[in-house]
Amino acid sequence: MCTCELWIETLKGLRMSDQLNWVYTDKVKDHFVNPRNILKDDENFKEDGKGMVGNIKCGDQMMMAIKVDAKNNTITDCRWKTYGCASAIASTSVLSEMVKGMPLDEAYHLSPKDVTKELSGLPEHKIHCSVLGDKALRAAINDYYRRTNQEDKITAETSKIICQCMNVTDHEIEDAVLEGARSYLALQEKTKLGTVCGQCEKEATKLLNEYIKKHFS
Amino acid sequence: MPVKQIYLDHNATTPLHPEVKIAMQKAMDVFGNPSSMHSFGRDARALVEESREKIASFINAEADEIFFVGSGSEANNTILSIFTCEPSQCANPCNMAHEIITSKIEHPCILEASKCLQNRGTPILFLNVDNYGKIDTAQLEKMISSRTGLVSVMMANNEIGTIQDIKKIADISHKKGALFHTDAVQAVGKIPVDVKKLNIDFLSLSGHKIYGPKGVGAVYVKKGVKFCPLIRGGHQEKGRRAGTENTLGIIALGKAIEMRKVEMDKEEKSLLELKSALKKGIEKSIPDIRFNGHPTDCLPGTLNVTFQGVEGEAILLYLDLEGIAVSTGSACSSGSLDPSHVLLACGIPAEGAHGSIRFSLGRDNTKEEIDYTVTKLTEVIKKTRKMSTAYK
Repeated sequence: MCTCELWIETLKGLRMSDQLNWVYTDKVKDHFVNPRNILKDDENFKEDGKGMVGNIKCGDQMMMAIKVDAKNNTITDCRWKTYGCASAIASTSVLSEMVKGMPLDEAYHLSPKDVTKELSGLPEHKIHCSVLGDKALRAAINDYYRRTNQEDKITAETSKIICQCMNVTDHEIEDAVLEGARSYLALQEKTKLGTVCGQCEKEATKLLNEYIKKHFS
Repeated sequence: MPVKQIYLDHNATTPLHPEVKIAMQKAMDVFGNPSSMHSFGRDARALVEESREKIASFINAEADEIFFVGSGSEANNTILSIFTCEPSQCANPCNMAHEIITSKIEHPCILEASKCLQNRGTPILFLNVDNYGKIDTAQLEKMISSRTGLVSVMMANNEIGTIQDIKKIADISHKKGALFHTDAVQAVGKIPVDVKKLNIDFLSLSGHKIYGPKGVGAVYVKKGVKFCPLIRGGHQEKGRRAGTENTLGIIALGKAIEMRKVEMDKEEKSLLELKSALKKGIEKSIPDIRFNGHPTDCLPGTLNVTFQGVEGEAILLYLDLEGIAVSTGSACSSGSLDPSHVLLACGIPAEGAHGSIRFSLGRDNTKEEIDYTVTKLTEVIKKTRKMSTAYK
């Protein structure tokens, strides 16, 4: 077989897999088509904690409600709703299955990466769609702690200002990375950090690399 | 794969017209370089010129006012590029512009190219549009001055279909001595275009939006208007665009235009009927919607709808699973985080833009397909609204 014939074979193979795989992985498709644990309007789900994050102006909003077994400190059931794209729907659906039976403190520390791994991956520009699920889950757990007078367990999502001049926090740097920033320049473009005195460059670059490693390696 | 496949995304691209396909199959054997003097070259040249004439006559231009390019985007970039001359650095400055005026709802190729010029020092002013996407001509009258070298406004918008009052905009531009360009990629072949009546200096058009192939477009430059090429290095197209002519594409574009001439008027009627059926069907079966774009000055096949409380990419992909192809103004489908700049410019709030769907119908669509689409769409909207935090 000559090189060009090989190429044609490869191309044929690619086209086949495109058809099989749809735009996202089969797992994403499965959860998108049949989302699990959606809160139905007519069901009387008595949640022990409920959290809502995101904003419809930005294109996604997520609500998560959990039931907790207080004796074992584990999540027994959960429901959710979302205003969001296919990735947001699929990642929350898969997350809702993951957390059932999970100890609260373990669920508290689930990361977007754990969710995307469960979905066999998401395209890079879609990672940011999966972060709302675990944020909403944490908000729901915090709500549960509040309702049960265990405020001491709430780890406040404190943010730290990195760029004093432009008032840019570490959370904003993380969001910029999730939205595609991969270099200090791209980070500057998105957040405007380091555009005045420039003293934060070292710290910002360190965080940039940490967040890239955290979400994408 | 779903059983049915319904294509309602004709503003993105169109399938080849069967006649175009036949013309292309024949043209595949025409391999001569149109610049060659021998019979092979002359054969190719004759077909290229025939195509040029077809296009010229379709928009009421002269054949030598038309030249071919690689795409609508190249056409638009070419026109903007001739206004960057710095007289002190150019021995042959053509159209010096101290300022360019365009609109906020242009295609990204105009917006990005404008921003690039802006970065290089040419001031660019952006016109607002009203809620229907119509250019604010009063604002243009105030904005335009003797500094303005070019006004560039698209004839019909790709997302909402709104058709501009081109004649009026061109007249205002000329009164102040500015040249006028229109990106007519979505208009030529869908609505009548007469460059003389409309008083246009530059026009861009593309093949693949009108049942021709991808990778070919054309530019109209009015006789007597100074011009400078974007791609240099050859005498092709009378020095207006270097590079050996894409004979196959050019012949196909000519054929596509020829077929438009035959079919456009009749098709307009049937498209309007189909669109009206789609509109009525959506209105009847889905609450909390709004139609975007101009109610009457609109491309016959384009319908843009906002569905309250749901996100566009999810709707698009659920419809895709039913075999129905549409597009959305949602940020999520584009890879950026901002929703459609066109809908935002029309004053539609971000959440409305995220939940918008564009249906663009074409010559092969049928009433049955529209009915099927309304049925499936109703199910999809119901399903997504049930899981939405933003719909009560």
